[in-house]
Amino acid sequence: MTAPAIDRRPARSSARTPTKKNLFGLKRREAIAAWLFVAPALVGFIAFYLWPAISGLYYSFTDFDLLTAPEFIGVANYTRLLSDPLFWNALGTTSWYVLINIGLQTVLALGIAVLMQRLTQSMVVRGVVMLPYLIANVIAALVWFYMFDFQFGIINEIIAGIGLDRVAFFGESEWAIPTVAFINVWRHMGYTALLIFAGLQAIPKDVYEAGAIDGGSELRMFRSITLPLLRPVLAMVLVVTVTGSFQIFDTIAVTTQGGPVNATRVINYYIFDMAFNRFDFGYGSAMALALFVLLAVFTFVQLRLTRANKSDLG
Amino acid sequence: MKKTTRALALLAAMPLLALTACSGGGGGDADAAAAGSITYWLWDSNQQPAYQQCATDFEAANPGASIKIEQYGYDDYFQTLTTSLVGGNAPDVITNHPSFFPQLASTGQLLALDDVVESEGINFDDYQAGIPELWVGEDGDRYGMPKDWDTVATIYNAAYLTEGGLTPESLVNLDWNPEDGGTWEDTIAHLSIDKNGVRGDEAGYDPQNVEVYGLGLKSKSGIGAFGQTQWSMYALSAGWEYSDKNPFGTEFNYADDEYIDTIAWWRSLIEKGYMPSYQAASSGVGIKDAFGAGSYALVTDGSWNARSYYGFEGIDAGIAPLPTGPTGERVGVLNGLADSVLASSENPELSKKWVGYMSTEACQNVVADAAVVFPALNSSSERAREAFTAAGIDVSVYFDAVAAGSVELAPIANHWVDVLAIMEPAVESVLIFEAEPESLKEAATDVNKLFAND
Repeated sequence: MTAPAIDRRPARSSARTPTKKNLFGLKRREAIAAWLFVAPALVGFIAFYLWPAISGLYYSFTDFDLLTAPEFIGVANYTRLLSDPLFWNALGTTSWYVLINIGLQTVLALGIAVLMQRLTQSMVVRGVVMLPYLIANVIAALVWFYMFDFQFGIINEIIAGIGLDRVAFFGESEWAIPTVAFINVWRHMGYTALLIFAGLQAIPKDVYEAGAIDGGSELRMFRSITLPLLRPVLAMVLVVTVTGSFQIFDTIAVTTQGGPVNATRVINYYIFDMAFNRFDFGYGSAMALALFVLLAVFTFVQLRLTRANKSDLG
Repeated sequence: MKKTTRALALLAAMPLLALTACSGGGGGDADAAAAGSITYWLWDSNQQPAYQQCATDFEAANPGASIKIEQYGYDDYFQTLTTSLVGGNAPDVITNHPSFFPQLASTGQLLALDDVVESEGINFDDYQAGIPELWVGEDGDRYGMPKDWDTVATIYNAAYLTEGGLTPESLVNLDWNPEDGGTWEDTIAHLSIDKNGVRGDEAGYDPQNVEVYGLGLKSKSGIGAFGQTQWSMYALSAGWEYSDKNPFGTEFNYADDEYIDTIAWWRSLIEKGYMPSYQAASSGVGIKDAFGAGSYALVTDGSWNARSYYGFEGIDAGIAPLPTGPTGERVGVLNGLADSVLASSENPELSKKWVGYMSTEACQNVVADAAVVFPALNSSSERAREAFTAAGIDVSVYFDAVAAGSVELAPIANHWVDVLAIMEPAVESVLIFEAEPESLKEAATDVNKLFAND
């Protein structure tokens, strides 16, 4: 409050830095410092996100095979998109994946986080929980691919051992997506649990003490204290994980390559396939842009619905 | 503050400087034709030692020349190549595949190599018949120097033959037809064994609980449009052709009865329990490992894989001819790889020289001695046959098939990746019994639409 007041006096300020404020209400010196701090991230953002996104927007209006110059074709890629059954199939497949992946992952992560908070503060346990996340996606997918193998995989050996029929986890249309979702739940739930755990740490202990005095059971306290107070963190976690989940790619590329038939042809894999295997970069860009718009809307709705910017605390 | 910004500006400009420095270096002057440094890509790690040897020999013969070999797995080889072309850091010379070269040639990514044929004094009569012609583009220019050839045969598990009272000789004269599968299907049935030890041609065989499948199944790998190691030997021996003409056909025959009947018969093996379900075959390790684990009595596979089938401990493998078809002929796909020079190469002289070297005797012999593939040059190919024999692998079946003319060239066409992408899911859905073979006619229409606007 005081600093800007001083700055408004012209006589003194001319001896120091100019008083002109920029867009963000910062003084020039501060602004320079701010831009310097932001610069590394900004360079990366422009080079790897903004510029590709703008070029992608342009390419989505062209017929472009990557190897010869793009040719402007208006909205043809977008009209093609509307009538492409594989695009809609890809959206459906991806949504089904996100539903299983996020549903299972969030419940499990919340469970692990609450267990950690209420039972142990051990660093070792926290490290172990985090472990699957430290394994590269491709490696995790490969290892599970072998474990799920129809003939030799340990999982099918166990299934056969207890007298059940072997399951072609990656070969059956109805099993492929749940299997891929499971692999990514395994890899991400520990990490998600840690995020939620951090949110739990921020809930004041005295609320629980008060709950305990009132004779609330663990279950009741979870429902009436933990969940409501955790809401902003949970909302953030959901936005981040759902956005990530929609972009499922590597596990599919390693295991099923979109098959059987089109059962795991998720949107990102379809885009990649179109752009880099089939040299239809224009159409791939149009789909990528559609996905971007979809995710932006989805995230906005999610944030509004979960009131992520407001806490029930205090 | 000013100093900092200048330093920052310098820092920001550094990658640019490095870039220009890079592109300046490769140019070179005309009289240093065979000097400089080039990069060569291949995908088969089994062949890398042989080509490394070729590179070392080449460098010794051409002081100042340096060949850098990089290997990328086949699964993402061509995607990596595409991105590197776009990114401007593509290699100079690549191992090329007939399925992909038309796209690269027609978009101007490859250099014509007709002058290499001349400068190296190459006479294509000395090469495996049919292979050099694979690499001529639609414009009549040559875009690849042939390096090897391959075809398909039956590979058997010798122990299972003996147990079934068969000998390798009993596989030599089998016939196939799409109605009842002929003696080929009888043999496959006989070699299939269920969990109770009942054979596929005996009463009470349980197709749901199979211990050993008579015939293996390879998933993906161009299963819909190409079927190189999967169904091409049946369809082609029934008189079917991929397209109206080859190379550069513009009308594909996936709506033909011969093709659809072949796929229908092939699928019937799954129902009968003579071949694994597509679901099982595509859920985990591939056909080679399943053969190595004793799950298959017979498989049909390419010569480039022959050596792997002999490498399994406790498995005694052998190679037998393909069955004859309704036309009375046996037909395997004849295919091969070549080396191409990318148009973006900054040292085309050296690149061409290296490509020429790889397709002539010195390097072809080195490749022959490695006994992994059959070199395109006939004399080296014979040498490879001996090297295979010395390694305990009798590959004469492949040579006999080619000598007898029981081969047909692999399809080469524009839009081939799209053809593959349309036919694969179509055939997959037939194989998993989600669609009937007749549905392939729809996919066939989609394929031919690709060529409608050309």
